[in-house]
Amino acid sequence: MATKKLGFIIQRPPYKSENPKLAITHAIASQSVEVYLNEGDLVTADIAFIGDGVLNCKKDQKAMDIYKLTSTETHIKMALLLDLKVLVCKEDLDRFGLTENDIVLNAEEFGGETTVKIVPFSEINKMMEEVNHLLFF
Amino acid sequence: MGKLTIGCFSSLIGSMNLDFAIKLCALALEKGHKVDLWVSGNATMLSIKGQKPFKDYSHLEKPLKELMAKGLNVAVCEACAEARGYHKDNTLEGFKRHSMDWYLASTFDADRVLHIGGE
Repeated sequence: MATKKLGFIIQRPPYKSENPKLAITHAIASQSVEVYLNEGDLVTADIAFIGDGVLNCKKDQKAMDIYKLTSTETHIKMALLLDLKVLVCKEDLDRFGLTENDIVLNAEEFGGETTVKIVPFSEINKMMEEVNHLLFF
Repeated sequence: MGKLTIGCFSSLIGSMNLDFAIKLCALALEKGHKVDLWVSGNATMLSIKGQKPFKDYSHLEKPLKELMAKGLNVAVCEACAEARGYHKDNTLEGFKRHSMDWYLASTFDADRVLHIGGE
């Protein structure tokens, strides 16, 4: 029995490219990875938004209204619903003049209990040191 | 010998990242390593068969087939491919089609994971 930890680092802004959504959907896929592994083995996924990537966390996104697409906000809520750890860099939020009032913090409407954690970059750095593999999006 | 898992998300045409990934696969296999290659997002373009080789555009079907014959394990994200109209009957022989959990599972016993993001 073993666990491998992956860190998904999202540094690109939303809707300019597919990267942030692909990062979240790949991280969510950690929930069904067992079908390929031996019993007891696990792959876990932590997500961190840094740099321009924190813009993905803006709440009240209108992607469904405008593009007929599931919003990145909804993807983040799905990750929270599945109890993935989601970190957002405080310094980068500050850089954009964003506060916790501006970003998605939970998935309460879906019954999720896990919340987004706004943390200093040092915490994200710690997470990056703790995981086995890093994937930058 | 080790295992290398490469995830590539860049398109075949318009970026040189897949060219680099294939060259890296070749070198790793040559050294005796096991290599898994996952293509997702725009990189799913690599899986389409029957692409016409022009000298101005990246064309990787031939080296890819040679590497698969040498043991390269290649899988394409099925959802990303289907979203782009790349269906099973138009997929290069030997290319596996899986959901994203295949990539994560491949990282489990990989000694190194090289993730090459999209554009």
